[in-house]
Amino acid sequence: MLTRDQASAIFAKLRKYSSADEVELLISSGRSALTRFANNTIHQNVSEESHALSLRVSIDVGSAQGGRTARASTNKLDDDSLRRLAQTAETLVRLQQPDPELLAMPTPREVVEGEVDGGGTVQRHVQRTARIDAPDRAEAVARIVDVANRNELASAGIYATSEFAEGLFNSGGVAKWHEQTSAEVSVTMIGDTSSGWQKANAPDVATLNPAKMAEIAAEKARKSANPRELEPGKYSVILEPSAVLDIVGSMFWDFSGSALLEQRSFLNDRLGTHLFGDNITVEDDVYHPLQTGTPFDGEGMTRQRLKLIDKGVVQDLAYSRRAAMKMRRSELAEKVGRVGPTGHGFMLPNEMGEAPLNIVFAGAPSGSSQTVEQMIASTERGILVTRLWYIREVDPYEKILTGMTRDGTFLVENGKAQCGVRNLRFNQSLVNMLRNVEALGEAVRASGEESIDMVVPPMRVREFTFTETTKF
Amino acid sequence: MKEIGSWALDTAKLRGATHAEARIVDERKRALATRSGHIGSASDSESLGIGIRVIADGSFGFAATDDLTRKGVQNCASQAVQIARASARVKSAEQFLAPEQPHIAEWASPYRIDPFGVPLEKNLDLLFAIDAEMRRVKGVTLAETSMNFRRYEQWFFSSEGSAIHQTFITSGAGYAAHSFAGAEIQKRSYPNSYGGQYQNKGYELIEELQLLDHAGAIAEQAVALHSADRCPQGKFNVILASDQLSLQIHESVGHPIELDRVLGMEANFAGTSFLTLDKLRTLKYGSDIVNIVADATESHGPGLGTFAYDDEGVAAQCTPIITNGLFTGYLTSRDTAAAIGAACSGGCLRAEGWNRLPIVRMTNISILPGESPLSLEQLIASTDHGILMETNRSWSIDDKRYNFQFSCEVGWEIVNGQRRRMLKNPSYSGISTEFWNSMDAICSRDEWKLWGTPNCGKGQPQQVIGTGHGAAPARFRGVAVGAAYKGSE
Repeated sequence: MLTRDQASAIFAKLRKYSSADEVELLISSGRSALTRFANNTIHQNVSEESHALSLRVSIDVGSAQGGRTARASTNKLDDDSLRRLAQTAETLVRLQQPDPELLAMPTPREVVEGEVDGGGTVQRHVQRTARIDAPDRAEAVARIVDVANRNELASAGIYATSEFAEGLFNSGGVAKWHEQTSAEVSVTMIGDTSSGWQKANAPDVATLNPAKMAEIAAEKARKSANPRELEPGKYSVILEPSAVLDIVGSMFWDFSGSALLEQRSFLNDRLGTHLFGDNITVEDDVYHPLQTGTPFDGEGMTRQRLKLIDKGVVQDLAYSRRAAMKMRRSELAEKVGRVGPTGHGFMLPNEMGEAPLNIVFAGAPSGSSQTVEQMIASTERGILVTRLWYIREVDPYEKILTGMTRDGTFLVENGKAQCGVRNLRFNQSLVNMLRNVEALGEAVRASGEESIDMVVPPMRVREFTFTETTKF
Repeated sequence: MKEIGSWALDTAKLRGATHAEARIVDERKRALATRSGHIGSASDSESLGIGIRVIADGSFGFAATDDLTRKGVQNCASQAVQIARASARVKSAEQFLAPEQPHIAEWASPYRIDPFGVPLEKNLDLLFAIDAEMRRVKGVTLAETSMNFRRYEQWFFSSEGSAIHQTFITSGAGYAAHSFAGAEIQKRSYPNSYGGQYQNKGYELIEELQLLDHAGAIAEQAVALHSADRCPQGKFNVILASDQLSLQIHESVGHPIELDRVLGMEANFAGTSFLTLDKLRTLKYGSDIVNIVADATESHGPGLGTFAYDDEGVAAQCTPIITNGLFTGYLTSRDTAAAIGAACSGGCLRAEGWNRLPIVRMTNISILPGESPLSLEQLIASTDHGILMETNRSWSIDDKRYNFQFSCEVGWEIVNGQRRRMLKNPSYSGISTEFWNSMDAICSRDEWKLWGTPNCGKGQPQQVIGTGHGAAPARFRGVAVGAAYKGSE
């Protein structure tokens, strides 16, 4: 993995090789490994070491006709390749159409103005995670397989670790660097007629307990064996944290200034309205102790905390520098509240603008929090959902999503999870769902496959719409 | 490259590997996009590296690096062997590969115009012209265009003696008009949604698509959808346009026939399959007129699944998947073929790039057109009452690939053999085998198109790869329509 000094030296060379007015380097470097198992056997086992240099150059920024910007990328670090990278970017930039709205690259002063307490730094590199090797991962998988064998189940899943660094340098003097480790375990336990699942991810491998996750997944598989078929319809559902993450994840792409300006957001004409229930409060907070990721954006701007939803009312939006400038000039400016760069922009040029990526839901207020078990105990009839799968948007404005339950779906009756049920297809408006949350638990770091990791609580939701059942 | 390959293979063998493969990949990509009059993307990227797969102690190991020095490659090969030895700590059987003769070969996907030789200004001028044409239509609130090119050169070497050099040129382009009004966001795309059309062709594909000619009409349809009636709910005869049918094939045939899924190897992420081994040559997958092949050969056309050899050196093949409605074949690799006792691999092992382990992937999974002449208009004329659906808007299917639901951008009501009113928000759903058994007509070769799906995700770490799907418009009887909007009731 490159050090900050090595990355800085590469940037110095690129500055020398480029004659563009402005130069920005996004650099990433690291190694990752993933041990994959199925049928109680390690069947795939991989590792990778790689680097990526992405150079953006700009010319004529601030001129009457408008500036131009373009990007070139490589994974080659030798001098000839760096020279060619600079030449490619410059060839591309000179062929662009001028863009009167192109901004100059940010200065250190502009970045500092966006800094939050702590100076926008986080410590997310853990040596013990970085030291994990293939035998360590195999040992953990062996413990998972032991659980499967004891329960006469087949296990499948992954144990992955990585260590990487990301840096951003620009010719105006901005220099940002972030190092992080990651450990991830995902376990599926499979029986003849059922399955169970658990997944977790954290910078510190010591916070993960693969054997315990395997036990929980095995218990879900055992208890959901021989599933009953339920009639589709509206049910109360208890969504475990991963299921909540799965279904709400796509919504946050719409909490962006660019999405509003382009009228592709479901928040069009809905800002300031009481869109969700009073018990829904959501922040974007890269500094939260259960969050991960870089504390700066694709231009090096420091990420700020955002209150996206406050007691059901949409409040803050994420802004790149460009989106903030355009919003201030638009007729929407009066309606959207606070406008300014928030440190959520993607690397330029891009098609999506910006988005909040470190979602933190508030759990239930003190005294009203319920565990999943308490939610089950207080439910007369409903469905307990472990995870959701293959979620896609049916309607972008009503935010109707469709998808399937998977790997542990249970009928809850008279306060108990009575039996497994065949998996169901849902078609559910997210807006309606977040108006119908009856109970919330403690917010935890959750992982899934349908969205990036979040801090979310379990929820019980009334009148959740299932439209079909499948064959298993 | 041969020298680099030999560093990898020699080191792997020296460290104890009983089988070794090295893939060196040099990839170049160009991505251009506009959004409502502005540049959305203007980037070139390149990537060079090596991926080494070995068998040691009876298990697989894989390592990849972008350090192509002798030391870097040898370290990578050593690491692959160490990883394989760790894999052997948790194994239930020795890893075997179905037999394959070594091949020495050179191949390049045919193209007429090198897309990287076309002036960038010409590409951007075209995208901005399309963008402007769409925004000329009142009511269009967002116009998106994109154009992508890729040159992918791969050298494959194996300890069995294969040395295969292949070069692929891929082009793709498309656009979409969005319209927000009232409480709706509507969208129309051309020539297909999610980036348009992709093939293993040069810039000639961009010319063939006649992109600018359709921009105004597509934008007008996006706006007109606001005043269209909503697609009704119930059981209907449904005609799927070839673009939508290609995705239907991808999801409800292409994925469930992947033998690694069937064997449980993807159970934790992508899922498994309803096509258990007992279904081979016994399951009536579709009606008698359903014939689907997995065809990676050049004769099938310039699909994203066309090649000469797969990523473990197996020659491209055409495998019958559904024959007169009967399920007849899986997508296989050397290890999965060996696991079911097959004589050889079907040649479907593919990797996203140098840094990914090749896994079983679709090639070109295509439905064969009807043999009797039948145009789309003739198919509509022979339909008393039904709904024609075009261009995918969303897709979802369960993890065994039984239950699916698709939404399309636009529908057209068919009454007494005539295309009548436009319908918005059309959707349909069903069970894969029941759906394919309800197919009672398919158009002939003139209506058949080889579509490219550039964004198929699978594997851990996830790999995104292109697949091809040939399809002609087809009719399905008694399909469940409209359940998607029960969620707003």
